[in-house]
Amino acid sequence: MELYNYMGYELIEKIINKEITVSDLIQSTFDRIEATDNLLHSFINLSKDKALKKAKEYDIKIQKGKKVGKLCGLPLANKDLICLKGFPTTCCSKILKGYHPPYNAFVIERLVEQEGAIHIGNTNMDEFAMGSSTENSCYGPTFNPWDISRVPGGSSGGSAASIASGQTILALGSDTGGSIRCPASFCGVVGLKPTYGRISRYGLVAFANSLDQIGSITKCVYDSALLLEIMAGKDPLDSTSVNIKVDKYTAELKKSIDKKILGVPEEFFGEGVNNEVKSSVKNSIKKLESLGGTTVEVTIPHLEYTVATYYLLCMSEASSNLARYDGLRYGKMSQNLKGDVYDVFSRTRNEGLGTEVKRRIFLGTYALSAGYYDMYYIKALKVRTLIKKDFQEAYKKCDFIICPTMPSTAFKIGEKVDDPLQMYMDDVLTCPVNLAGLPAITIPCGFDSNDLPIGFQIIGNYFDEKGILNIGYQLEQELNIYRKTVPAIK
Amino acid sequence: MEKKEIISREKIEHLARLALIDLSEEEKVNISKQLNNILDYFQKLNELDTSNIKPTRHVIDGLKNVFREDIPGKSLTQEEALKNAREKQDGFFKAPRIIKE
Repeated sequence: MELYNYMGYELIEKIINKEITVSDLIQSTFDRIEATDNLLHSFINLSKDKALKKAKEYDIKIQKGKKVGKLCGLPLANKDLICLKGFPTTCCSKILKGYHPPYNAFVIERLVEQEGAIHIGNTNMDEFAMGSSTENSCYGPTFNPWDISRVPGGSSGGSAASIASGQTILALGSDTGGSIRCPASFCGVVGLKPTYGRISRYGLVAFANSLDQIGSITKCVYDSALLLEIMAGKDPLDSTSVNIKVDKYTAELKKSIDKKILGVPEEFFGEGVNNEVKSSVKNSIKKLESLGGTTVEVTIPHLEYTVATYYLLCMSEASSNLARYDGLRYGKMSQNLKGDVYDVFSRTRNEGLGTEVKRRIFLGTYALSAGYYDMYYIKALKVRTLIKKDFQEAYKKCDFIICPTMPSTAFKIGEKVDDPLQMYMDDVLTCPVNLAGLPAITIPCGFDSNDLPIGFQIIGNYFDEKGILNIGYQLEQELNIYRKTVPAIK
Repeated sequence: MEKKEIISREKIEHLARLALIDLSEEEKVNISKQLNNILDYFQKLNELDTSNIKPTRHVIDGLKNVFREDIPGKSLTQEEALKNAREKQDGFFKAPRIIKE
C-alpha cells in the first residue's frame, strides 16, 4: 500500500515505530502531488525545499530519541487564507498577490510550531472564501479527484481535493456557510466545523466575523479529533474564542452511542434534496439505529429562510471587512496612479477583486447603507434569532441532529457559475449551522450512481464536538467505506 | 413577468463610490441585473413578522466585552509592518495624493 493511502494516526505509529522516516513520508507526498496536481490543481503554492529540510531535522531528532510533537512530521496543507509567517498568503485574490504575513496564525503555531506538522503548501479556494465550487479563484479552478469534470465544492476545495487524492494527510479549512463541509462532502472526506469560538481565528483572514470558523479536513474521524484536540482552546488574541474545557476527543470516539437521541429534521429532506442523497443518508440513519441510537422527528421551521438570512449577513460583514484592501499597506496597488487617493483605491479594487467578491461587496454595501439598514441587515439579524431558537427547541428533544450535508453530489465545472443565486441555494443545509453557531461534521456515507461521494452531516449542541465526533466515528466504522480511494487520476 | 427593479443605474454608481470600486460599463450592467435578482429573493424574509424579535449580533450567549491588562507586549517592528508595502518613505507608508490638484 502506498503511504498516501494510510490514515494520519497510522502514519504517526509507523514513524514512532521507525518503520518509516518523516523524510520518506514527505517525499512520497510531493511525489503524489507531482503525479496528480497538473490535473487536480489543489495547490497554488508549494513549500517543498523547506518541508524536506524540516523532515530531515525531525528524523535526526527521532533517531536521538527526542520529541517532535504529537503530529510527528505529518504533512499539512494550509488553506490560502490562514497566515503563515513569510509564506505567500493571498486568499486566491489578485489584490493580495505578493503578501507575505509577518506572523503565524494561532492554529499554525499549535499544529506546526508546537506539534510538529510539516507545512507542504497552500491550497486553492474561492477568492476570500466566497463560493461553493472553488471556481472563483484567481488561479483558476480545482477539479474533483472522483471525476475531474466536476467541482470539488468550495470554498475549501483545494484542501478537500488534496485530502481525497492523497496529496496530503492533514488539511486546514475555514467554514463561514459550509466552506469546509461542502467540499468535504463532494470529495468524500471528513470535514469538521467546530462551534463558533472553539478555535482561535487569530491569523485567519476575515470574511464574515460573526460566522467564520477554522476547522479541519481529514480522511477519517480519528484524525479530525486529533487535530481538534490540538487546535481548540482560548486565545487572548481572539476575543471571541471561548474558555471552555477541551475534551480528549480521541479518547471518546469508541464510546457506545447506545440511547443517544438523534433528531431527524424533515425540512432537511425536502424536495430540493436529491433522491440518491436522501436514500443514502436514510440508510446511514438505520445503521445508527442498529448501533443503539434512537431517532426522533424534530423540526427547523425557518430552514427556508436561512439562505437569504445567511447571504445578507455575510455580504454585509464582508463589505465592511474587505474595505481594508486598497493596496497601500500590503497587496497589489494599481500601476496607474493618476488622480487622487479615491481614484487610485477604486481602480486598485476594481483590478484586484473578482466578480463574485464585487457582487457581495455591492450587496453588502447596499444592505448597510442609510435607509436600507433596518430593512435588510437588522431584518436578517432578527431572522437569525428565529433560526437559532429553532435549533434550541430541537435540542430539547434530541442530543444530535442528523441530515444530509449537501442537497446533491458534485456538479459539473461551469454548471452554476453564471447563476449566483442557484449557487447560493447549495448552502441551504450547511449555512443554518453557522447562523446558529453550532458544531457540525460531515462524513462520507455512500456513493451515487455516478460513483460520486455523498456526505452525512451530524450537528451538535454548543461545544459538543466530543459528541459529534463520537457519532461520526461509530458510523464511519460501521459503514467502513472511508478507505475507498479515488480512481486513477488521468 | 418583469421583475421590479430595486437597484437603479444611479444607485449602482452611488454604491460604487461608497465601496470604492470603479466598475466598467459592462460590469455595471451585469451587476445591476444580478443584484436585482438576488435582492428580489431576499424579499422572502418579509414573509416573517419580526416586530417583537431581538436581533442576534453575537451567537454565543454570555460573552461580554473582553478586556485585558494594559501591559506592553511583543508586537511587529516598524520594518516588519512596512515590509509588504510597495511605496514607503522615511518609515511611513506612502499614500496617493489626498488633496485634489
